[in-house]
Amino acid sequence: MSEITPELVRHLAGLSRIDLDEAEVARFTEQLGLIVDSVAKISQAIDGNTPATSHPIPLANVFRPDVVEPSLTQEQALSGAPDSGQGRFRVAAILDEE
Amino acid sequence: MSDLIRLNASELVELLAKREVSSVEVTQAHLDQIAKVGDAVHSFLHISGESALATAKDVDARRAAGEKLADLAGVPIAVKDNLTTTDAPTTAGSKILEGWIPPYDATVVTKLRNQMLPILGKTNLDEFAMGSSTEFSAYGPSKNPWDLERIPGGSGGGSSSVVSSFQSPLAIGSDTGGSIRFPGAVTGTVGIKPTYGAVSRYGLIALASSLDQIGPVARNVLDAAYLQDAIAGHDPHDSTSLPGSLGSMVEAAKRGSLKGKRVGLIKQLSGDGFQQGVRNRFAEALKLITDAGAEIVEVDCPSFEYAIDAYYLILPAEASSNLAKFDSVRFGMRVAPEGTPTIERVMAATREAGFGPEVKRRIILGTYALSSGSFDKFYGAAQKVRTLIQRDFDAAFAKADVLVSPTAPTTAFKFGEKVSDPLAMYLNDIATIPANLAGIPGISVPIGLADEDNLPVGIQFLAPAHEDARLYEVGAALEGILEGIWGKRMMDFAPELKVN
Repeated sequence: MSEITPELVRHLAGLSRIDLDEAEVARFTEQLGLIVDSVAKISQAIDGNTPATSHPIPLANVFRPDVVEPSLTQEQALSGAPDSGQGRFRVAAILDEE
Repeated sequence: MSDLIRLNASELVELLAKREVSSVEVTQAHLDQIAKVGDAVHSFLHISGESALATAKDVDARRAAGEKLADLAGVPIAVKDNLTTTDAPTTAGSKILEGWIPPYDATVVTKLRNQMLPILGKTNLDEFAMGSSTEFSAYGPSKNPWDLERIPGGSGGGSSSVVSSFQSPLAIGSDTGGSIRFPGAVTGTVGIKPTYGAVSRYGLIALASSLDQIGPVARNVLDAAYLQDAIAGHDPHDSTSLPGSLGSMVEAAKRGSLKGKRVGLIKQLSGDGFQQGVRNRFAEALKLITDAGAEIVEVDCPSFEYAIDAYYLILPAEASSNLAKFDSVRFGMRVAPEGTPTIERVMAATREAGFGPEVKRRIILGTYALSSGSFDKFYGAAQKVRTLIQRDFDAAFAKADVLVSPTAPTTAFKFGEKVSDPLAMYLNDIATIPANLAGIPGISVPIGLADEDNLPVGIQFLAPAHEDARLYEVGAALEGILEGIWGKRMMDFAPELKVN
């Protein structure tokens, strides 16, 4: 029995900022349930002593010289924005009115 | 069909250098082919005919003036649409980025411009490179030139179909779990995933940053070698870019030899459960490899059993984080719900409207894999499996110079066959995924047609990290042997493309 429930899918979609409709919630509940059941067997492959690998080719402390280089102009940085004004990105209210 | 479009890139290199053909002629011939077959194959999301011809004209003028140019100067190329270009829209196959013109070029694109390759356009892909068939592109799928009712592989099906339908001799792909090699196998073309970090990822719209690698797509091994040499190298803009050089892939391809090589047959990927026609061609290829003086040794990689599972936790986890940037603020689509919504509701409405089903599925799965309570069981465990897979490779490469397997379990499948079954779709990558998890390089080379459906089959060679040259050396050798037996090239088997 899968641990993926419609409530969990709604919660995860909320965390992911995706406004799923109910048909999607139903479909993803089923599909994610199958996927999670399938991938869950990886815990059999490992034990407590297996170290984790986050990057395939480890490189440590990659820095560039601390000098100012040309970068995007303000105009370029704003060029793809859906809305901007006064040299800034313009967005809807951050906080609810309440 | 113009003869110029049938030529390999390496042949064009020589003819252009000797000024026996002009880049304008070559570029125009490919634009004519795009005009002829482009709609039927649907490889391109954007075509840059004018700027490609301008580059070609510039190349011809400079060569006429005696200027020494890069090898590939004047050879046309197509670029996967998840690389940023300042002169063409960059969508990554997603509605959320429709019409976006990036403010900077990807490093690979800059290199192509500096070496003066005419860029024909941007190629189709599954949305944000998530898929194996291009059926998840928001702009409709690309078709396989061998059979227009079949998939050209994915995510780089635009690049594989461009090259296999002679719309371009070369293309750029990106490979996160097989997105260069799988499309190569099912379209009878060559695709390489270089060592992680060999080619800069700067300007590649990230899917899974620890797995993504840009690489060449071509019709033969030497062509791909020219392209890898052109795009590889350290880039200070990418903190995972390898310092130093991996040497000349062109020299390795020209050397082309299997003699004395120890070729490791991976027990877990030796063909059990694979399509019969794939197994037959693979067995024949192993015989040819042995006849050419190589020794086949069996290698055991028990952790590969868990590779797909680990991959489908690591990839969604990294993707869910990478794709958070599509938030309706800095670029791309914005959808505002009615009333006076907060930015959070605008983001959620935008991402609901802008992302397709596979992207949503993977973001939600990734968010789950990373959430407290699930982390150790899923993402943490997957990272440990990654270590085990690296250890399996280390042990295998102690016994063998290169490893070998079929590239994919099947030939190209039909549209619609797997699109509603995510787990079935994920299995296409069973042989290609381990290389991404370990960061090692892999190549797919065509080895003929499956008996039951007359569709292309690919063989995959893998080498240790930094040893990309071995892939070109053995790949070119096998390709040469096969072309000798066939008396023609792989793409000469392809049926003529039926276009209206």
